[in-house]
Amino acid sequence: MLRLILRRLALGLLTVALVSAMIFAAVEALPGDACTAILQRDASGQRLDNCRRELGIDRPALPRYLEWAAGAVRGDLGVSAHNGKPISTLVGDRLKNTLLLAACSLALGVPLAIGLGILTGLRRDGAADIAISTATIFAMTIPEFVSATVLIFVFSIWLGWVPGIVTASASSPASAFFPGIVLPMVVLTMVMTAHILRTVRSSVIEVLASDYVQMAILKGVPYRRLVLRHVLPNALLPAINVIALTIAWLLGGVVVVEKVFNYPGLGNYMIDSISDRDLPVVQAIALILAAVYVGVNLAADMLGMLLNPRFRTLRSRAR
Amino acid sequence: MSMTGRLGATLRGMIARPSGAIGVALVAAHVVLALVSPWIAPYDFKAVSAAMILDPPNAAHWLGTDQLGRDVLTRTIMGGRQAMLVTLIATPVAVAWGGMLGIHLGLVGGRLDDVVMRIVDAFLSLPWILKMLLMIVTFGAGIGVLVPVLAFFYGIPVIRIARAATHGVVARDFVLAARARGHGRFSIIRRELLPNVLDALLVEGAMRWSWMLLAFSSLSFLGFGVSPPTPDWGLMIADARSFMAIAPWAGFAPVLALSSLIIGINLAADALAKTLGVDRAAASAH
Repeated sequence: MLRLILRRLALGLLTVALVSAMIFAAVEALPGDACTAILQRDASGQRLDNCRRELGIDRPALPRYLEWAAGAVRGDLGVSAHNGKPISTLVGDRLKNTLLLAACSLALGVPLAIGLGILTGLRRDGAADIAISTATIFAMTIPEFVSATVLIFVFSIWLGWVPGIVTASASSPASAFFPGIVLPMVVLTMVMTAHILRTVRSSVIEVLASDYVQMAILKGVPYRRLVLRHVLPNALLPAINVIALTIAWLLGGVVVVEKVFNYPGLGNYMIDSISDRDLPVVQAIALILAAVYVGVNLAADMLGMLLNPRFRTLRSRAR
Repeated sequence: MSMTGRLGATLRGMIARPSGAIGVALVAAHVVLALVSPWIAPYDFKAVSAAMILDPPNAAHWLGTDQLGRDVLTRTIMGGRQAMLVTLIATPVAVAWGGMLGIHLGLVGGRLDDVVMRIVDAFLSLPWILKMLLMIVTFGAGIGVLVPVLAFFYGIPVIRIARAATHGVVARDFVLAARARGHGRFSIIRRELLPNVLDALLVEGAMRWSWMLLAFSSLSFLGFGVSPPTPDWGLMIADARSFMAIAPWAGFAPVLALSSLIIGINLAADALAKTLGVDRAAASAH
């Protein structure tokens, strides 16, 4: 068991290390560097050489990568090419805002998805199931920017209930993002709920058809007890992995949603940094997103192993 | 059964389900529209008119005009052409290279398999939009860049699907028999593995197509995809957002067009998966 956990941990760290090398290589391949971004039109001849020497980017890529990676481990992500401020503070505010948005969406979406998933699974092919399952297809497939646009039109322009855009700056306290956070939260929640709900529903249906549930029904176990003791504990295990996958999806989806609503989070900042060619910031954000992704999946795997005795031996080579 | 016979049987199986029939009809309608729209479009898609800016729907312009006085109907029926062209080239390429590599890894295993799957995991742990944007910054926007970039990134998850599907058949008797008969690796892949993995790849391909359309239109929406004045749904929705309060019709049509195509593909993919007996849960992770 301990060996298994250590193995997963090592694999996770290896993945993050690989990703960091890939990000570094990708950004190296980009035309222009931090100095051309700082100097802009003056980027030529002596001034460019001086700047490159000053920032140390005239050296070969490998020592710079190792230095960057070592700094990132200590929490030092370098300085922005755009304004020379330390990236850890610039990214810190935005990361906090993105986490706020993600946490609100998860707090709303996960219980909703599990509840509706159980409901539709137990009442398979009922009116509620058909309605919810149809809505699920829409929520899962329509691009976030489309649903965001439609929601802005209905709730902000037509009904005028909530603002369609966030005006608070990145360093504002969390309270400043309400009520502007409501619509981006709803967009993210819709997609998330759909994915989790689908898994919970099909796993409830699967467990209901299993031999031990059939046996329990034949034994005359009361329905309430049957659902709570026999069906749910087994049906909800797969949900853990899907929730992890959904959080990982959230990291990508949040980029578009933040841009649409002008929400000052990590994704919005990433798009701006790419447009500005602020490469150190792009590197830092990419690394953070990848680390979160790997961390979330790792946590889900471990939780799964802890909760399910069968996982402890079976999953050793599963991924 | 012959290839065409099997194709016909599959299609009949898909249409037999109401949702499958709707999906197939939507996709077919969109493909036909994308092919013929330049000839049936009532106006020139780039003809601007200062006299007709943001006109509501009327007899001359059934869906109204946009912020430059261009006909919304014309631009909507032509707005899927770029997206379709790019994704319909990139999808088969992605499925082909990802599928072949995945089958190969599933058959061979060993050190190569370990190394490649680590790299696949690393790629999958970056949000799609970050990967796409980095490529676009490096190589520029435009179709010439988007086709190979989409084909590359969306082939990576296919490796996993194909590898898993191969693991499901590689230990079966007919593969062992082929090995015992002394068939080479490529003969086994082509004659024993590919026919058994093909169904999973087809379903995965349909899903990839839908994800690619989503990625393409999102990039257009963010301003990293198709460049104006080319009509494109993502771009049209981005433009229309600024005028949503006074001219909702400019955004309504492209929203409906894009949504109907993506939902159509998903309904069709669902029906395809059920007809072929492929477990779609395995194919749902992006």
